Amino acid sequence: MSDATRELLQNLNALAAGLFLLTAFGIVATRQARGCLQLFIAQSLLLAASAALLGLRFDSGHLYGVALVNLVSKPIIVPWLLRKVAPAELYTRREIDQALNIPITLLIALALTVGAYFLGVPLANAVGPGYHGPNVPIGIAGLLLGALTLTVRREAMPLLIGLLAMENGAFLAGVSIARDLPMLVELAIATDGLIIVFIVGVLVRAVDKQVGTTAVGELASLREGPARRSGPGADS
Amino acid sequence: MSVVWILLPPLVAAALAGIPLKRSLAPGATVVSCLLVLAGASRLAWRVAAGDPVGDALGPGWSNWVAVDGLSALILFLIALVGTTAAVYSLGYMAHGRPTPGKLRLYHANYNLFIFSMLAIPIVAEPTLVWIVVELTTLCSALLVSFDNTRGALEAAWKYVVLSLLGAGIALFGFLVLFAALHAGGGGAYTWAGLVDAAPRMPAFLMQTAFLLILIGLGTKVGLVPMHTWLPDAHSQAPSPVCALLSGIETTTILYVILRLFPVMQGVPGAHAEKWALVLGLVSAGTAAFLLLQVHDYKRLFAFSTVEHMGIVLTAVGFGASAADYGAMQQIVSHAVTKSFCFFAAGAVLLAVGTREISAVRGLIRRAPAAGTALMLGGLGIAGAPPLAVFLSEFVILKAGLARGHYFATGLLAVFIVIAFFGVMLHLNRMVFGQPEGPVPPDTDGASLPFSCRLTLVLAALPVVVLGVYIPKPLHDLLAQAATALIR
Repeated sequence: MSDATRELLQNLNALAAGLFLLTAFGIVATRQARGCLQLFIAQSLLLAASAALLGLRFDSGHLYGVALVNLVSKPIIVPWLLRKVAPAELYTRREIDQALNIPITLLIALALTVGAYFLGVPLANAVGPGYHGPNVPIGIAGLLLGALTLTVRREAMPLLIGLLAMENGAFLAGVSIARDLPMLVELAIATDGLIIVFIVGVLVRAVDKQVGTTAVGELASLREGPARRSGPGADS
Repeated sequence: MSVVWILLPPLVAAALAGIPLKRSLAPGATVVSCLLVLAGASRLAWRVAAGDPVGDALGPGWSNWVAVDGLSALILFLIALVGTTAAVYSLGYMAHGRPTPGKLRLYHANYNLFIFSMLAIPIVAEPTLVWIVVELTTLCSALLVSFDNTRGALEAAWKYVVLSLLGAGIALFGFLVLFAALHAGGGGAYTWAGLVDAAPRMPAFLMQTAFLLILIGLGTKVGLVPMHTWLPDAHSQAPSPVCALLSGIETTTILYVILRLFPVMQGVPGAHAEKWALVLGLVSAGTAAFLLLQVHDYKRLFAFSTVEHMGIVLTAVGFGASAADYGAMQQIVSHAVTKSFCFFAAGAVLLAVGTREISAVRGLIRRAPAAGTALMLGGLGIAGAPPLAVFLSEFVILKAGLARGHYFATGLLAVFIVIAFFGVMLHLNRMVFGQPEGPVPPDTDGASLPFSCRLTLVLAALPVVVLGVYIPKPLHDLLAQAATALIR
């Protein structure tokens, strides 16, 4: 492999990682539930692309495996599974009142990204030479932005996507620093992601049926305090 | 025989529970599978306690994936023990609300899968695979928490899933960094034992980052303050036998994964894992002790006491002395047996009075003598009254802390334990002996408490009482073996 090709692959990987960060910002701030899902699919494709490019660059069969697993499980099986188990309500929701308004959320997201840079760069350098690249800081940023999504959103779909996006972020860093993770582990983690979608889907369906909302983040009746619970069968 | 076989009975039972038959196989299958697992785990623990190497019994090539030592054997045995008592308790308790056969099948299928995922944690030696089974414990128990399908139960299950998975996401990154650190240090087997061997060669910065990420990530699922907010909800809204599993053993099983990192971190210069454990442990124990004072729901009371006990175990490990490690192991045992008993008692009270409000329950000793006595014993046991199991283990920990020279931390821990004692007894005393307002309803205890629940209460009370005055030799050996696994 010539130096020019290596350079090109590295630049393409940087492009994929940059776009990955953009989708992470999009997931935090997109109001439409369907838009969130589409951004997540785009993000998973970019993760697969980054894994494939790094696989080419370092000639690693493991990374091709990661790319393939991500290509099949997230963009194809996750939406299919959601359609099977979750109520159709989920797609049509549009979130009006987040915990924080969108400009402030984006400012926090920006601060988290800067913080991720200052943690990620020394981390990648500590692993060794040849690991510097945008993957680790952007992966950490993806992880933190996923966590931010979980804290500010109320609707079920963005919350689920936030959970999965955290995993994507961890993996974007992982394909760079933990290149030869056993294939068994990769497959198991992908399966695990699908179980998450299934269980969350079942729970949201139950909440939708019982409480009549998919804004699961607004459930907040359990706390210390005298009996204030209302609604049918609050005590059982 | 390989230890992997111990995972088989719960899987078979889960499959059997799923078969739709007119007369459900599910409850019987669950009890039989738990008894099989208990027999297997006891045999394993016995051999480990006798100093028999277990790892050699596995075929070559397995050692990168599966390994058992004293610590794993102890946790495995406790999971089997609490799993069995809770399964017997479920027989009568779950039949009480007259659920549909489908619902009962769902309960037992999930129950067995939950047991399966917990049993896998101490057996699996590859850290990323351990992470996956930790995720599985959350996912398999989510539908158990939401089983009652009320607004509160659904909310609790939702918080449980989201916060546990959030923590798991952080921990996943921690495990990937750990893997990277292993490679940066020249490679080796990515197992708990391989990490201990390679620790001195691994970059300290990466190790510290990985340790903190895993401590925070999995600490969420253990219920360490300030990541504990979901715990009292989930551990109070679930059906009582599930609470016994969640509180009695699941938290400890996840804590086991964190404990595995301590011998690794002792090999890293300037890592200070013990200091983090000490601080986080004391913060958890202290916060939980004060929160105990202001609860209004007796199942939440026991849930907060779990947070306190996890804090005590972590503090004990943070003392960094082998005597304190022994105390921590003993505390894990006494917490598992006592807390599961507490939730069995709480379930009996719930069946007798039908409410979880502390203020609505008075004079239980006259209204429902069996449930009242059990609740009082459970309360005394978990608060650490002598001569019960928790008192002995807490005493060992405090003594080891003083011997090691941690005067301030030990003093603080003792204060928190005393505050928690008053918190628990304040509420339970009123519930059991308090003067009822208005006319006393007729005694419904005998009719409402199913036979299997009474049987479980008697059996589960035995270790609570016995372990406070007498530790059998095999258990002592096992505890000592487990404690050595915490030291490099």
